[in-house]
Amino acid sequence: MQFLSYFINGISLGSIYAIIALGYTMVYGIAKMLNFAHGDIIMVGGYIIYVAVATLGLAPLPSIVIAVVLCTLLGILVEKVAYKPLRNAGSSLAVLITAIGVSYLLQNAALLIFGSSTKAFTSVVTVPAIHLFDGQVVISGEVVVTVITCFIIMGALVLFINKTKAGQAMLAVSEDKGAAQLMGINVNATISLTFAIGSGLAAIAGALLCSAYPTLTPYTGSMPGIKAFVAAVFGGIGSVPGALIGGIILGIIEILSKAYISSKLSDAIVFGILIVVLLVKPTGILGKNIQEKV
Amino acid sequence: MAMLEVKDIEVYYGMIQAIKGISLEVNEGEIIALIGANGAGKTTSLHTISGLLTPKKGSIMFNGVDITKVPAHKIVSMGMAHVPEGRRVFAELSVYQNLKMGAYTRKDKKEIEDTLAMVYDHFPRLKERRNQLAGTLSGGEQQMLAMGRALMSQPKIVLMDEPSMGLSPIFVNEIFDIIEQIASEGKTVLLVEQNAKKALSIADRAYVLETGSITMEGKASELLNDDSIKKAYLGE
Repeated sequence: MQFLSYFINGISLGSIYAIIALGYTMVYGIAKMLNFAHGDIIMVGGYIIYVAVATLGLAPLPSIVIAVVLCTLLGILVEKVAYKPLRNAGSSLAVLITAIGVSYLLQNAALLIFGSSTKAFTSVVTVPAIHLFDGQVVISGEVVVTVITCFIIMGALVLFINKTKAGQAMLAVSEDKGAAQLMGINVNATISLTFAIGSGLAAIAGALLCSAYPTLTPYTGSMPGIKAFVAAVFGGIGSVPGALIGGIILGIIEILSKAYISSKLSDAIVFGILIVVLLVKPTGILGKNIQEKV
Repeated sequence: MAMLEVKDIEVYYGMIQAIKGISLEVNEGEIIALIGANGAGKTTSLHTISGLLTPKKGSIMFNGVDITKVPAHKIVSMGMAHVPEGRRVFAELSVYQNLKMGAYTRKDKKEIEDTLAMVYDHFPRLKERRNQLAGTLSGGEQQMLAMGRALMSQPKIVLMDEPSMGLSPIFVNEIFDIIEQIASEGKTVLLVEQNAKKALSIADRAYVLETGSITMEGKASELLNDDSIKKAYLGE
């Protein structure tokens, strides 16, 4: 019974990783860059909700909507100001370093505005907990909402990519920017849209993360961001279902190793498994590896 | 007035000048060949015309509209399609999805189906393989797909970059037959080719490009019999 409840918590944590990993994987797939500031968008989303609920007295749902809108705009802004000018610079390293810079910028901006003290985040979830097996297994409302949200987002995203023109444009740009342009696709707009979606999802991840682990500091997004990046690589970076699988497996491994092995070693175990997976299958679980035909 | 008028364009890659002021004209209904050795600037010229590159100097007029600085994605809906070198089909999408991508700028759903039927008519093999991933097609089939995809936008002019490159002789003949067929249906074609003999045999007029400049131009039939062309490009 204990195992079941750990397992469910693992799926829940993994769902959050999966939602964050989506942002990494989509941006990587389409703009071919690692946006290391992605995790910090989560933190920004957390603070926006915190301010909206605790200071402005708004209800949880409108607060989340505001956070999603503002984070979406922030994502588009960061891409326009920091990454787009470097897109044709010919060095992916320059963009990577810039992304790390943006990450520190966001963290320090939060530090300046909110200070370093931990803020107590009020859960945005109002769903009651579910009791199973005469109360031996309790599934919290946060877990229920997180897992359901994750699957809804995944489903919506798959539909969006396969059924809409903008989604098709993303597929085309991810494969070949030049050829996509020759189809009449606006590559810059498509990249902006990708950042917008990823950052909006990061705000939702922020709401779920801070509800499950109700402390908020300027560094809240940093570790989950890195782990979600690991999840994206683990599942096969560039692959949307890969982000889901990678995220959930990672969440389960983390919670189970915390419970049964050592809470101090759990991160080392997570990263150790990543190394092993990459040694065996460098493209990740669902990584694409189609040979180009000449 | 010519359909496409390129005037004195100069194109740079960073500091390196790739095109040193070339001018060319394409009239409606013509097949124009652009021949020349590797590195002469043929592909760069096409990229500049279709908007993937912007010239530093000079102008490009298409149907009376100045498109010199118009980005590639906006030129497509003006009636220009570009079949890029190396085909560049979307390997992880099906043949059908690739063709639909070609009609990305169009909103007339019903007519798109008609164009699709027309493309399948030209390329029955694509119809047979419509659900196959483009990356699993042979080189010749990928070339057909790239051409079919270009036709899906209902272009007035089609730019083709080395359509015969790397193909078996049977496919080469088939591809050139199809280019002639497309032209006979009223499309204008600007063809870049290393296979000068083949290109000149189907073209109306041709330009010879050498290290970024046009060194010769004229009727394709005359260039085909020109001694210096024979020596340099036809291997005779």
